Amino acid sequence: MMASSYSAKEEDGHHSGPAGLGAATRTRKPDNTAFKQQRLPAWQPILTAGTVLPAFFIIGLIFIPIGIGLYVTSNNINEFEIDYTGTDMSSPCFNCSQNFSWNSTTPCKCVLSFYLDQPFESNVFMYYGLSNFYQNHRRYVKSRDDSQLNGDERSLKEPSKECEPYRTNENKPIAPCGAIANSMFNDTLDLFYINPSGSKTQIPLNKKGIAWSTDKRVKFRNPGGSNPNLTAVFKDTAKPVNWHKPVYELDSEADNNGFINEDFIVWMRTAALPTFRKLYRIIQKNNNMTPTLPRGNYSLEVTYNYPVRSFEGRKRVILSTISWMGGKNPFLGIAYMTVGSICFFLGVVLLFIHHKYGNRNNSSDIAS
Amino acid sequence: MLRRRLNRLCGGDENRVDSRTIYVGHRPCPDTEAFIPSKFCDNRIVSSKYTVWNFLPKNLFEQFRRIANFYFLIIFLVQVIVDTPTSPVTSGLPLFFVITVTAIKQGYEDCLRHKADNEVNKYLVTVLEDDRSVKKESEKIKVGDVVEVVEDETFPCDLILLESSREDGTCFVTTASLDGESNHKTHYTVQDTEKDLQALTATIECEQPQPDLYKFVGRMHIYKAEQEPAVRSLGPENLLLKGATLKNTKKIYGVAVYTGMETKMALNYQGKSQKRSAVEKSINAFLLVYLCILISKAVVCTTLKYVWQSKEGQDEPWYNQKTQKEKDTNMYLKMFTDFLSFMVLFNFIIPVSMYVTVEMQKFLGSFFITWDKDFFDSEIEEGALVNTSDLNEELGQVEYVFTDKTGTLTQNNMEFIECCIDGFQYKHRDTQSEVDGFTMTDGVMNKLHQKAGQEKEELFLRALCLCHTVQVKEPGSKEALTDQVDGIDGILPQLEEERGFIASSPDEIALVKGAMKYGFTFLGLESKSMKIKNRENNIEEYKLLHVLNFDPVRRRMSVIVQTKSGETLLFCKGADSSIFPRVKPEEVDRIRMHVERNATEGYRTLCVAFKQLSAEEYAMADKGLSDARLALQDREEKLIAVYNQVETGMSLIGATAVEDRLQEEAAETMEALQGAGMKVWVLTGDKMETAKSTCYACRLFQRGTELLELTVRTLEDERLKRQEKLYELLQEYHRKAVQDAPPVKAGVTRSWSANQDYGFIIDGATLSLLMNPPLEADASQYKSLFLQICQNCTAVLCCRMAPLQKAQIVKMVKNSKGSPITLSIGDGANDVSMILEAHVGIGIKGKEGRQAVRNSDYAIPKLKHLKKLLLAHGHLYYVRIAHLVQYFFYKNLCFILPQFLYQFFCGCSQQPLYDAAYLTMYNICFTSMPILAYSLLEQHIDIEILLDNAALYREIANNAMLRWRPFLYWTVLGIFQGLLFFFGVRFLFSNPALQDNGQVFGNWSYGTIVFTVLVFTVTLKLALDTRHWTWINHFVIWGSLAFYVFFSFFWGGIIWPFLKQQRLYFVFANMLSSVSAWLVIIILILLSLLPEILLVVLRKPRGPHSRQKKPSQSNVGGNQSSQSSARPLLMRTFSDESNPVI
Repeated sequence: MMASSYSAKEEDGHHSGPAGLGAATRTRKPDNTAFKQQRLPAWQPILTAGTVLPAFFIIGLIFIPIGIGLYVTSNNINEFEIDYTGTDMSSPCFNCSQNFSWNSTTPCKCVLSFYLDQPFESNVFMYYGLSNFYQNHRRYVKSRDDSQLNGDERSLKEPSKECEPYRTNENKPIAPCGAIANSMFNDTLDLFYINPSGSKTQIPLNKKGIAWSTDKRVKFRNPGGSNPNLTAVFKDTAKPVNWHKPVYELDSEADNNGFINEDFIVWMRTAALPTFRKLYRIIQKNNNMTPTLPRGNYSLEVTYNYPVRSFEGRKRVILSTISWMGGKNPFLGIAYMTVGSICFFLGVVLLFIHHKYGNRNNSSDIAS
Repeated sequence: MLRRRLNRLCGGDENRVDSRTIYVGHRPCPDTEAFIPSKFCDNRIVSSKYTVWNFLPKNLFEQFRRIANFYFLIIFLVQVIVDTPTSPVTSGLPLFFVITVTAIKQGYEDCLRHKADNEVNKYLVTVLEDDRSVKKESEKIKVGDVVEVVEDETFPCDLILLESSREDGTCFVTTASLDGESNHKTHYTVQDTEKDLQALTATIECEQPQPDLYKFVGRMHIYKAEQEPAVRSLGPENLLLKGATLKNTKKIYGVAVYTGMETKMALNYQGKSQKRSAVEKSINAFLLVYLCILISKAVVCTTLKYVWQSKEGQDEPWYNQKTQKEKDTNMYLKMFTDFLSFMVLFNFIIPVSMYVTVEMQKFLGSFFITWDKDFFDSEIEEGALVNTSDLNEELGQVEYVFTDKTGTLTQNNMEFIECCIDGFQYKHRDTQSEVDGFTMTDGVMNKLHQKAGQEKEELFLRALCLCHTVQVKEPGSKEALTDQVDGIDGILPQLEEERGFIASSPDEIALVKGAMKYGFTFLGLESKSMKIKNRENNIEEYKLLHVLNFDPVRRRMSVIVQTKSGETLLFCKGADSSIFPRVKPEEVDRIRMHVERNATEGYRTLCVAFKQLSAEEYAMADKGLSDARLALQDREEKLIAVYNQVETGMSLIGATAVEDRLQEEAAETMEALQGAGMKVWVLTGDKMETAKSTCYACRLFQRGTELLELTVRTLEDERLKRQEKLYELLQEYHRKAVQDAPPVKAGVTRSWSANQDYGFIIDGATLSLLMNPPLEADASQYKSLFLQICQNCTAVLCCRMAPLQKAQIVKMVKNSKGSPITLSIGDGANDVSMILEAHVGIGIKGKEGRQAVRNSDYAIPKLKHLKKLLLAHGHLYYVRIAHLVQYFFYKNLCFILPQFLYQFFCGCSQQPLYDAAYLTMYNICFTSMPILAYSLLEQHIDIEILLDNAALYREIANNAMLRWRPFLYWTVLGIFQGLLFFFGVRFLFSNPALQDNGQVFGNWSYGTIVFTVLVFTVTLKLALDTRHWTWINHFVIWGSLAFYVFFSFFWGGIIWPFLKQQRLYFVFANMLSSVSAWLVIIILILLSLLPEILLVVLRKPRGPHSRQKKPSQSNVGGNQSSQSSARPLLMRTFSDESNPVI
């Protein structure tokens, strides 16, 4: 890529002064080493038009196909998004959102129906999305106690100060403490396929494998070691104030309960931007013949527990397939295509300039 | 008298009195006054700054006085006190590191000083106390103690010599450790002190301590039983300085007059004032810009935060309640702490590590100067010396070079060439040498045309033999053969005929040796009698009565001797200008011609005059001299008055010409400096003709150069007064050199074309007229005219300069418009003032002692080394440090900008984008080593090419790489990249499901991706800038990238028990498992570097091909130089030297 000249300069010994200086004089004379004389052999790359031009063309030639590939891949991803905040009168969830109260004991349910005009062939990932929800607010981000979540008994009894004001409730330590845990997303989403006959088939939603495996295995651990009786472990703690049930009742399965509940772990990974999505469930493809989600009518049953109206937030559900590069995002493809084209274009321009003006002065640069 | 007694009664208030009284041996004297032991400081030398107890507070205080350290301390304290986004560790750790390293370094240095102090202070010396000699620690010596010093010992304090083991009451001393003059100096005992020290009762009155090594006035009162107290004058010849070493004398006794910190040595070791480089000023200016950016960022964010919060539901949504404490806080206090928090969050934009790196670069970089074997001189067995590393880059910015002539441009290795006796020229030559077409076949001595009379000849030669202060090196045979009499190396064993001479000025040795060639040999000075061997091998003896010392103002010296026959003779030698007015005018004309001819040939000329003193005249002179020597105040002035009175009405007997050969490669060096766009000014105390010819020889003036002279001679005009003539000439020259000159292209001072070159000559007298005109108002006008003329001249010669005038000129140029960077180079004590005044002072390890070297910033053995020092080292250092500074600001701008932008996406809540570990390590570990290696090793142009093409030096003139334009470029680059990093990842995160298993990334992944792109981009940007890839660069650049990756894995691979939050747990590993993250990292790095690559290509190519043209240009110069060797005579000296001597 670069025209380079290896200039191993004169090495030691060539200039070692008048010979025959006694050993005594050696002591004060500076050492004649390549380093001390600033004569280390060095590679001296010189970027010239001649070397950069091919690089531009090569970059262009590589990036444009990659960009096209990425763009196509992104476009092939099926994604369906539905907002269920219920701000519109027409929305089925309008009532739920309007009549929300922290104290209500009966959950409010609403049903949204939608039509998928494309079959989702591979595994489908179901996300919930929140908007205008500042999970990256500093006060919020730091409001957690990782050692408590890691199963540390002491932190369970005495959570970190960072958890304030969600640290204790009625003189009992809150487990899990902190604002993040307290505000855990607790809507329940169920998906039904409406057969052409009109009957509903519930689509099985897999709740495993939605959190980072390292988080699930190491970072989050229930206190009390292998004690299966989580109720006993958490007995001296209070549940987070906004939760309906304590942490040890998050799930019926033992390996998805307590701190290692995957929904919980997913929530605890704070999002980078105020508009974000989090993985909720995975719909596994069970046989190769039929698509995971065939074209047709679906209904989404929402148990509406999570208020967002107060901060003008939005809630939505996203169904998406996934490629090797993740979810649908045309940005990378466009970026690669643009940069590739720019490089190619610059290469052409440079070549033109170089031929027109450069030949006079440094034709040798190209030749070399 | 009364006042003095009062003062003494008031108790040791000595500082206000202008003299101190010392009781020799603490014996009360039978004077009327009562013996009151006065309090003087003890003999402890304290060069250390700290003690064990005050080290910590004092050192910390001094470190935090530095504005940068203080700033970081404030940031740290804010972090501790206020609830800030980053933990105090992030800024506390680097600060702690810096402070500790500095403290350790200073502590170590102080420890060494303590050790050295102790060595001196605990040294055992013998003190005479009540008839016994007692061994005492040196620090316990009190003023008034009588101290015994034996041969080769150093004096423990400043002593007045009382008794010497030598019969003639002298002792020899070498002051090599004080001023580097290794010759033996003779010191005398006080006249008439009794041999029995025990019985001596005396007081000494002397001036208060002052740092001038060569000045001392005092008076000794000796009290003898039933006699009037005798008074003896004391001068520097009686004072033995602390630090000097006794030589050639078995043992001496002396009384301590100044002790401890009041000795002249201690007073001389006061620190030099700190010089600051232009780069440092640029850094400070840039810092200010960045401080403004920092503050405005914090203000913007604080404002936005409150705007954002004012929207309903944003400030405190249900999911993110404030704590009770936050709710209670006053709104305005909250705003203020928010502002501080933002400051803390963005404070990395002004990195503490930059100071460390810059310091380290300077410190380590200066080793390359000391290590350079090209600076090693096999003659003196020494290389270059770096006294300060703060000014390395200033060497690349020099615009004006002020050089001394004698010893700097010339070798100060005098050779007697010819003399002129009574108007007849005598030229001595060896058989092999051939001069000026006259070939002489026989005889040691030749006369041209005619010989002067025998009598005149011998008188002249006797004058040469007598009128000096040369000592004969005692032949080894006299004492034990093994006895190394002299500290002087390099003088080979002498033949019996050739004797070794020691003198403070090489001219004198040349003259004495010259006389020897004509048959008169100086045998030595023994107990005030000088012996010379005349042509008939008879020994003549003269009694030395007085030496009227040489000083640069009088520019002459005299001796008064008495012949065997009782005649009293005065011999005087000195510069023509100082002798001619004092001799009979009719004698002058015969000799003036020769003197001027010799001067134009570049020889140093001295005129010799003599005078026979009648008994009355001598008596008068003797009395005057003795009186003046006894005076306590204004002794110098009084002495000079007497000298002037004595040295009149002499008759001129001849003149001598001594050649001072040019330094090796002096001409090439000067040519290179001028080619590099530097203006060379020669400042010399020598006379105009000599200096001018040296300038021609050094090619500072060329044949075509038109000389503009502004000297006493050109000022002589019948019609006008000197003042008016001066103004007229200034106007005329200004018109010639400035107004009529074609507009010169910027930076090109000497073109090879036919442009008229101007050289300017001014002498000391005219300069003082110019600087201090009678009308105060003219001063600035004169100065500006003078400066404008000088700026348009290729070379300026200032002759007949006093040392202070040299400094004055340097100061004037330094403070002129554009404040150019000045460099002074010199070798002698008379250059010290200008060395200290200039931005960069360079000392030459010459023959005139070590004072210049001690006061310089850099010392080199020879003038020729200046070329490499400036053109190669200076250029490289400048480029390195300029790049270092710009790069540091750039890399921190694009480091912090994403963090700033992130505030718009997190409700301006001061949420940091990067993890604390990254924030801390970015400047310390991930990006510091490559730039340090770059700033030590980079050679964007090979050293050989730099040396061959002096013109390359102009490319970096005027701080070219640290002006606002390049700064703007780097800043724009930083902003561009910062925006790119942030928004590139922002668009990627519009769908945070980036893994192929559908899982999503959080905010720490976001930051880690940005940070990865950042680290790679800034490192690769440096890699793009590196033109000189040694294995160290490879190792450090790729090593620090690898370290980043390794560290990130490691940091995220473990649940760290000491961390409150495991924020980065497996974030990096997960990031690498995502193809999208890889793709975005690659494209962002490439896109950030694209403009840089494009710019490199589009810029004027600087490959080796473009450089090839330039050497041919310098070949033109070479041709020219060979032509110019046709110039008469002076080229001889040069071309002799230009042959490889090594």
